[in-house]
Amino acid sequence: MNQRNPAISKGIDTSLIWIFLLLVGIGLTAIFAATYKEGDPVVQSFLRFKTDYSKQFYFFLIACVLGLFILLTDSKFFSATANIWYVFGIFILLLVFPFHSRVKGTESIIRMGGFQFQPAEFCKVFVSLALAKYLSRPETDFTKTRSQIIAAGIALLPAAITILQNETGLALVYFAFFLVMYREGLPSIILVLGFAMAALVVATIVVDPNTLALVLTALAVGAIYLLRRLIKRNRRILTNIILLWVICVGIQRFAVPFAFQHVLQKHQVERIFDLFGKDNPYRSADEIADVQTTKKNESQSSYNVKQSKIAIGSGRILGKGLLKGTQTRYDFVPEQRTDFIFCTVGEGFGFVGSFILLALYLLLLFRIVTIAERQRSTFSRCYAYGVAAVYFFHIAINIAMTVGLAPVIGIPLPFVSYGGTSLLTFSILLFILVRLDADRQMVLR
Amino acid sequence: MPVFNQSRSRIIRLIFLATFIVITGQLFYLQVISKKYKQLADDNAILKKVVYPPRGIIFDRKHRPILNNTLTYDLMVTPNQAKGIDTLLFCQLMDIDTAEYRKRIVTAIIKNKAFRPSVFESSLSPQKFARIQENLWRFSNGFYIQERPIRLYTYNAAANILGYISEVDTNYLKKHKDDGYQSGDYAGWTGLEWSYEKSLMGQRGVQFLIKDNFNRIQGPYEKGAFDIKPVAGSNLHLSLDIELQEEGEKLMSNKVGSIVAIDPKTGGVLAMVSSPTYNPNYLTGSERTRHIRELMYNDPRLPLLNRGINATYSPGSTFKTLQALVGLHEGIITPTTQFSCPGAFYGCGSGHPMGCLDPGTFSLQMAITKSCNTYFANVMMRVINNPKFPDSDSSLRNWDRYMYAFGLGHKLGIDLPTEQKGHIPTPVEFDKLYGQDRWNFCNFRSVSIGQGEVNVTPLQVANEMAYIANKGWYYTPHMVDSIEGGDKLGVLEKFKTKIRPIDIPDSVFEYVHNGMQGVVDAGTGMGARIDGISICGKTGTVENYYKGTIKLNNHSFFCAFAPRENPKIAIMCVVENSGRFGGTYAAPIVSLMIEKYLRDTIAASRKPMEERMAGLNLIPAMMLQKMKTRDSLQQIRRDSIEQVRKAMTDTLQSEMIPDDDQPTGTKKNMPPNPADKKPAKPDMIKPDTNKKRNPLNRITRP
Repeated sequence: MNQRNPAISKGIDTSLIWIFLLLVGIGLTAIFAATYKEGDPVVQSFLRFKTDYSKQFYFFLIACVLGLFILLTDSKFFSATANIWYVFGIFILLLVFPFHSRVKGTESIIRMGGFQFQPAEFCKVFVSLALAKYLSRPETDFTKTRSQIIAAGIALLPAAITILQNETGLALVYFAFFLVMYREGLPSIILVLGFAMAALVVATIVVDPNTLALVLTALAVGAIYLLRRLIKRNRRILTNIILLWVICVGIQRFAVPFAFQHVLQKHQVERIFDLFGKDNPYRSADEIADVQTTKKNESQSSYNVKQSKIAIGSGRILGKGLLKGTQTRYDFVPEQRTDFIFCTVGEGFGFVGSFILLALYLLLLFRIVTIAERQRSTFSRCYAYGVAAVYFFHIAINIAMTVGLAPVIGIPLPFVSYGGTSLLTFSILLFILVRLDADRQMVLR
Repeated sequence: MPVFNQSRSRIIRLIFLATFIVITGQLFYLQVISKKYKQLADDNAILKKVVYPPRGIIFDRKHRPILNNTLTYDLMVTPNQAKGIDTLLFCQLMDIDTAEYRKRIVTAIIKNKAFRPSVFESSLSPQKFARIQENLWRFSNGFYIQERPIRLYTYNAAANILGYISEVDTNYLKKHKDDGYQSGDYAGWTGLEWSYEKSLMGQRGVQFLIKDNFNRIQGPYEKGAFDIKPVAGSNLHLSLDIELQEEGEKLMSNKVGSIVAIDPKTGGVLAMVSSPTYNPNYLTGSERTRHIRELMYNDPRLPLLNRGINATYSPGSTFKTLQALVGLHEGIITPTTQFSCPGAFYGCGSGHPMGCLDPGTFSLQMAITKSCNTYFANVMMRVINNPKFPDSDSSLRNWDRYMYAFGLGHKLGIDLPTEQKGHIPTPVEFDKLYGQDRWNFCNFRSVSIGQGEVNVTPLQVANEMAYIANKGWYYTPHMVDSIEGGDKLGVLEKFKTKIRPIDIPDSVFEYVHNGMQGVVDAGTGMGARIDGISICGKTGTVENYYKGTIKLNNHSFFCAFAPRENPKIAIMCVVENSGRFGGTYAAPIVSLMIEKYLRDTIAASRKPMEERMAGLNLIPAMMLQKMKTRDSLQQIRRDSIEQVRKAMTDTLQSEMIPDDDQPTGTKKNMPPNPADKKPAKPDMIKPDTNKKRNPLNRITRP
């Protein structure tokens, strides 16, 4: 094939393709290990498209075919059609509302015949393209606040729609695009503020509200005392400090409880509190009574995380070996072929296996950043960062969730989790990047 | 293009790296540092199933299995799989109705969840088992038969010797912490099952099984690589002769008492009958708990008591043989020493004469033969007033030494639990009772004929016979001769040492033997005679009192050994409160036992005697009274339950068939002819109650 059409392979970054193949291979093995039952006819079920691993394998073949098409496409096609794709993406996202079918509590899935797919997954591709397109426009001056707001809007519009579909987890992914914007010049202070806000929210959950308010006040008073000389010269600093104090206390006192009570759904709130090992203080009296009578103190998500930690922890250093994991093979970990697939790796191959998988992911991310930085076109670079950001968010949150570092958010592990839509999405993201990178020499700008 | 932002790529990489390091750190903690997750995972997924080895089998001296293992079958159901079966046919086979079927399924679901197997019916009867087994293929989804080993007492005898197993309780678990028991296990509770628990139980195995998130078994863990194979329990070989035991139990039926027979050459117990006894198979199987409660708490006959070692009696005249030994060995009498009995013993004044059976003058041999009280009172007087010793204290101490040597006053150490030690009066005790030097022979005289302050167990008497038969030595009586696979715990060692505490010359025993042979040949124990076997025996007629005041019927004692020249069996029999003399009941029973053992069968000419003895009902009046009270109490209970049931059926019937039943009912209630009145009355009640009871029985049948 390469010989017949040498243009395809020219300039292609083979390392990315290799990592892709390796990850899909690991994924197939893990899905096999998680779903294979003793005595299943492997070959037959493989051919009959019956089992999860065979389905995943077919999706992999479809992804390869799609990838081939993408590699055959002119790289300008992507930048040229980016906005159209974005509009299309928003359209199918909205299409979910009349046509969705309820699967496991989410309302974001469209069924077509025997297949079901999640537009929210696909949309990441379109947002990456559209954001890259916007940032690479010659008339865009990203130092201006207006452009920054528009860029954020592009990234967060699908997120808003996804939240309306009760898929908060998928929506959160779009926040990853701030990484792209940061690379393109978003002031650092926003990133810092973002982290500070996150820290404040965590503190709100962990620390007693009154104590936290006291601490914040003490910090503000301390700052005023330390900066009293500057304040004498410049009254605005004092105003800023007081404003900051008001905002912080406001968030801690009102915004977070409000969010927990009215914005987030109950199970999400539970998950967040579970993560920090706290009881949810926003339960209604009925729920508390319910919990006490039924003694179901453990919510489903905390059960998941506990079992997931047990599975991973029981793998020890070298793991129990393929198909030998007692926890993952006997359904102790729920959702283990999809969101909790990392357990299978952790239990079967131990710390060494998990570390190799993590290293592979890190290699993928670093490689993408390297590729991004060698692009001459801003579009390609922005797109590459978009891909890196999406991957990073998925990998970090998914694995952190399985090891109990992040709340349970139902997002898949790229290339490894079972799921046609997600595999295709991540593959398309990657192949477009490879295509763009192959043509990096052709673009002069 | 803002080139200055290029440095931010490094920051982004740093963010990536930092996140991955944090995750790796957590992974390292979970998988390498923390050990608890491995344990938690094993707890989650690996089921340690104890595999029970077959319990040891107990054989008698002729290698007949008397306590074996058998299987009982439980019908198990997994409710959520038991769908779409022919319920009607199933109920027919199981002899239940569909309502009962549904009830049991619901109970199973409540108890054990729908997806786990529960017991549908335990210990299927053979008929039901056969029916179900044949048709099981129809119900194979959901139902299966599980076998469960239980103990089988093949001969239905020797219940109190063999003992039974019982579910261990928390106390037992606490006591046997390191023996690997867990709750729900069974362990020997009484008898040999208790004393040889360690040998019989074998070594439990462990099977590691994989289970899933619903605790369903998925198969062996690692193909059984870590499984520990169980080691079967060791078989025990007893010196017991089960046929002799059966014969004894037959002879003792409807009597209270016991027979203990010992092989004097080995000390092995040949038979230990305790009557009334129970059917040991009642204590296996599904009705076990109810039976045990009934036997243990409600039965006034105390069938669970092993009287052979647990009951103590005054030895009565059987004690005299020992006194003869003491007297001769101490040299205070000679075989020719004579005492005369004017009808009673007046040695302690005329106030408390001690009666004598045959007045006259006796030498030692005749004194034993005729069981002369006066003679032995005189012997005891000489023992206590022995000039060798300065005071009664020390002479009594000397006498005690003999008694202990003869195996009295202490536990013999048989391999059965709860052996009593009996009682031999000591100087300390008498000093306490009467004051130092304030007592003399007269306080002691009833002991000389085995009454008063002396108590023995039947086993001790039988052992004493073995001692006399052997002319001065015995082996500790024991049930178990050998343990298959070797006596690893060394429990049998003490039964292999000959005990010869005092050197008494054979000639002394010969005199006593002479006297004892005379008992059977021409004395008080002629009922024990068997042609062709020289039996040495001694009767005993034991006076006894209820709570020390109310005189009850005498116990009938007889002890013997045979043949005299080459003793093969030493035996004693006690029939409680049978009245009469020792020779009346106990002697014939003993002779039948000896014949059975030495000749293997009872001669045809003696069959009638056997039948007569077996057929005698000698249950003491007091026990009979208690039984009657108990029975009437139960009758009252039965009646009241009957009333309740009747009330229910009445309602049922009046509701269900008001039109059909009415005419016949009225017909029956019509006043019959005065001539028919008498026979009509019970008739009128009988069919009525039967009719009412029947439909109810069908409903309440378990």
